[in-house]
Amino acid sequence: MSHKSMNLTLHVWRQKNAKCDGKFVEYKADGVSPDMSFLEMLDVVNEGLIAKGEEPVEFDHDCREGICGTCSMVINGRPHGPKERTTTCQLHMRSFKDGDSITLEPWRAEAFPVVRDLVVDRSAFDRIIAVGGFITAPAGSPQDANSLPISKENADLSMDAASCIGCGACVAACPNASAMLFVSAKISHLGLLPQGQPERYLRVRDMIAQMDAEAFGTCTNHGECETACPKGIKMENIARMNRDFIKASLTFRHATIGGGGA
Amino acid sequence: MSVAEQSIAGAEVRGHGFLASSVGRKVIMAATGVVLFGFVTVHMIGNTQAYMGAKSLNGYAEFLHSMLHGAGIWIFRGVLLAASGLHAWAAISLTLDNQAARPVGYRETQSVASTWSSRTMRWSGFILVVFIVYHLLHLTTGQLHPAFKAPQGHEYFAYDNFVSAFKVPAVAGFYVIAQLCLGLHMWHGVWSFTQTLGLSHPRYDGLRRNFATGLTLLVVGVNISYPIAVLTGCIH
Repeated sequence: MSHKSMNLTLHVWRQKNAKCDGKFVEYKADGVSPDMSFLEMLDVVNEGLIAKGEEPVEFDHDCREGICGTCSMVINGRPHGPKERTTTCQLHMRSFKDGDSITLEPWRAEAFPVVRDLVVDRSAFDRIIAVGGFITAPAGSPQDANSLPISKENADLSMDAASCIGCGACVAACPNASAMLFVSAKISHLGLLPQGQPERYLRVRDMIAQMDAEAFGTCTNHGECETACPKGIKMENIARMNRDFIKASLTFRHATIGGGGA
Repeated sequence: MSVAEQSIAGAEVRGHGFLASSVGRKVIMAATGVVLFGFVTVHMIGNTQAYMGAKSLNGYAEFLHSMLHGAGIWIFRGVLLAASGLHAWAAISLTLDNQAARPVGYRETQSVASTWSSRTMRWSGFILVVFIVYHLLHLTTGQLHPAFKAPQGHEYFAYDNFVSAFKVPAVAGFYVIAQLCLGLHMWHGVWSFTQTLGLSHPRYDGLRRNFATGLTLLVVGVNISYPIAVLTGCIH
């Protein structure tokens, strides 16, 4: 393993708050070890800035083990950087070369306003989940295992969709800032299981309505989302969401209010 | 009352109308795309009769105008006009939404999966609108065709108009360019409508791409052969 340290030039988007205009600022990152993670490199740069009495570069991070989806930033035009199926925290500096120039930008979408520097507000995703990303299950004593038969194929497809960590890289990568990969992953993960059936067709209409209300763009089938997704969520989910939406729209009926029965 | 109907935070936004929703408009775009794609394919097949001589193509023109006692062609025209109108409306409306969804762009972007064809749909679509208007005024109504021979009674001169039109190299060139735009538009469009209409299965995903590629090459290839056949004297 190479231990030669690298000298890099960073072009970082700095923005004081949502209302201020931002701009790119150049920083030198010298003596970077190839074994550092990308976030560790930023930590070192920030320590240097703090020592000089400057404001550190704000960025989101939490678990630093690739499962929470918090570390959002666009690195040289690609969400989470150049490696496929990798979050920024799992990206290592050995993916770069000595002397490289690296551009860091926040996720860019109307629905994800910049809070500060590289930090964006992704609560639009939470509001989409709140209108339909759940099931109604009796919260009593646990059922016997395997009391509900689920085909292996559906269990696998559902688990694949459920591996979405809600990081927003799909929105960041989409030329239209569409959230359809995220929304379709959530719809698929519940819609493929028996527990998700009671609300299946309400869910797809409600979540799409909320997605539209949050001012996300619409899918034009470029496929950028699929390659940017750190969890490998497939566009097949978007096709499934479209299918469910068409069926839901064709068979929708208004709820009967206070109709017969106790 | 179901849980989904109770007031959850943000639940004021209930499932809205099909035409107002993003996916609904995409479905309109895809469904009208299927109609338009079907039309260009049939149009290409019908015109192969140019290779069979004047009698064949002129007879085909007469058939199109006389089927269902002359009502058939107007039904086709009505359906095509409605499909084109809805296709363009959905495209403009979705494009405006997409532009509003990213008011501040990136300084640096890297395209990994998208194609030249998928990124230029708006431009190829716009050029096709210009081409279709020209094409109608050129070979259907004849205003933009100096040597146009209008039909007399039940006699049609589609073949003569076709040959005299493509003898002008600039006209032939414009048709070829328009067909290349049609190819760019169809290659992404045909694959795209299968995706939007929910036709995705790992067993057929490869087939979807090949279907789009094969039909695009066939339609565009045959269409481009017409002006070239006239220019080179194969059709005269």
